[in-house]
Amino acid sequence: MIEEPLVRWDWIARNWDSGSPSAISTLLENHVVTAFLPVLLGLVVALPLGLACARWRWLYQPTAALMNVTYSLPSLVLFSIFLSVTGLTRATVVIPLTFFALAVLIPAVVDGLASVPDPVRQSAVAMGFRPARRLLRVELPVAVPVVLAGLRIATVSSISLVSVGALIGQGGLGNLFIDGWQRQFYTPIVVGIALIVLLAVLADGLLVLAQRLLTPWSRARSAA
Amino acid sequence: MITFEGVTKRYRDGTVAVDDLSLEVPTGAITVFVGPSGCGKTTSLRMINRMIDATSGRIALDGQDVREIDPPTLRRGIGYVIQQAGLFPHRKIVDNVATVPYLLGWNKKKARARAMELLELVGLDAGLANRYPFQLSGGQQQRVGVARALAADPPVLLMDEPFSAVDPVVRASLQDELLRLQSELRKTIVFVTHDIDEAVKLGDTVAVLRVGGRLAQMAGPATLLTEPADDFVRGFLGRDRGIRRLSFISAKEVRLGPAPPDLVTDGDGRPLGWRTGDGLAAYGTFDPETDSLRAALDAALLSPNGVAVAVDEEGRVRGVAGRDAIDDLLAEYAPPVRGAGSAAAEEAPA
Repeated sequence: MIEEPLVRWDWIARNWDSGSPSAISTLLENHVVTAFLPVLLGLVVALPLGLACARWRWLYQPTAALMNVTYSLPSLVLFSIFLSVTGLTRATVVIPLTFFALAVLIPAVVDGLASVPDPVRQSAVAMGFRPARRLLRVELPVAVPVVLAGLRIATVSSISLVSVGALIGQGGLGNLFIDGWQRQFYTPIVVGIALIVLLAVLADGLLVLAQRLLTPWSRARSAA
Repeated sequence: MITFEGVTKRYRDGTVAVDDLSLEVPTGAITVFVGPSGCGKTTSLRMINRMIDATSGRIALDGQDVREIDPPTLRRGIGYVIQQAGLFPHRKIVDNVATVPYLLGWNKKKARARAMELLELVGLDAGLANRYPFQLSGGQQQRVGVARALAADPPVLLMDEPFSAVDPVVRASLQDELLRLQSELRKTIVFVTHDIDEAVKLGDTVAVLRVGGRLAQMAGPATLLTEPADDFVRGFLGRDRGIRRLSFISAKEVRLGPAPPDLVTDGDGRPLGWRTGDGLAAYGTFDPETDSLRAALDAALLSPNGVAVAVDEEGRVRGVAGRDAIDDLLAEYAPPVRGAGSAAAEEAPA
């Protein structure tokens, strides 16, 4: 019996861009879209919700509790709930992942706004900012470092969670795991893990870079 | 002029922060609100630009009730400086200073040019303009705070304990700087502090407030020191009132005599010391043009023979003043006798 190598490069070469729906490059593309869409949607929803929670403090506790309960539900349960509504589509994965992103991003927005030092807010009022302009020009920009920290966590966990969607065929690179397990063939599994980790590191690095560019004023402050 | 007419601030829980306050803040002068914590000094200040609205009573700016003015519009016309500077951390120094001009719709070039002028006015290097606030020291940040408050040239400046968070040396230089600025700008300044020495140093008028938000006394600093209205004010002013009061009397009128031969000077006429048996003894100097009677007395006390050395701005000896000369001036400026002729006045303890 010939010892099977852990990684068969010829398989990777043949399946990288084969044009079939299960080609690695296609799965990678699906993975990126399925991972980022929830983060994007989450951010769009979390900003107004977080602002509302910061404005009306009583809203925050129930919202945070609801989000934490959602977060604690196994993703499989959420998938099966949405499976009956949205079927075997990408939406069945994207919707639960959006909830997971929200559970991280809403507190990030609320904490971000709370991180605006009181003297800064007060002097903005005293200079004659009206509320909307104060929010857009002072409070949100100053909240950016904390919001971005939340965004990094949401992005990386979303990239890793997409693979669970493989159970309904919407798992992006996660589909490679199922394929590998079913055939007792390790190469797809290794490729899947490697690409997911690479993707996560890359996305995180881009966000760190974005933070440096967006908030040149915050680096030394947090070091101080 | 800013007028408080029967102004009261009562919070929902019943706490009275300011109680029926009536006073006038004169135009072009520094008025200090001073008092212990809980005396309502900051609340009173914030009611002027409507950061807080009064429960009853009226505050008027040059006759117009501030409640008739839209708050943001009102605030853009009033400079405001707070303790921690409160600079916007995400904006460069130049843009921090230009905040109000931007709000007033000036174009960027004009606003920044104005900001650069202001940085120079408060004694900051133009090279700091493109830094962020975290890159500046506490004292520098506070100067930027003052520059920002002055950017749109508001006639009124509110300062809420602006120098309390910096060390004593920096605080003293910021205070001197404020007095220098004020001698040029002649703003109507309301300055809040809990530090009576700061109040006495900076204020043209000092309003002493007591806990519960009531006015205890309002007077010029020299009057306050010699004639405190009651025990509270006396206690708050603290010790050495008699000596501190001398800071408000110019040393110009001190009678100078010629320098005696035992005062040794260098080639330029600067004093080196008093000749004694085996060397030189310590001496004290004052500049009659700029110093106070307190400095003259201090100089006399520093010399073993009790003679103060008067110098000019270059430090050259102009003459000397013995204790008798200082004493004559002290007598001339003795505190007025209240209720003169009555027996009670003579019995009154100092």
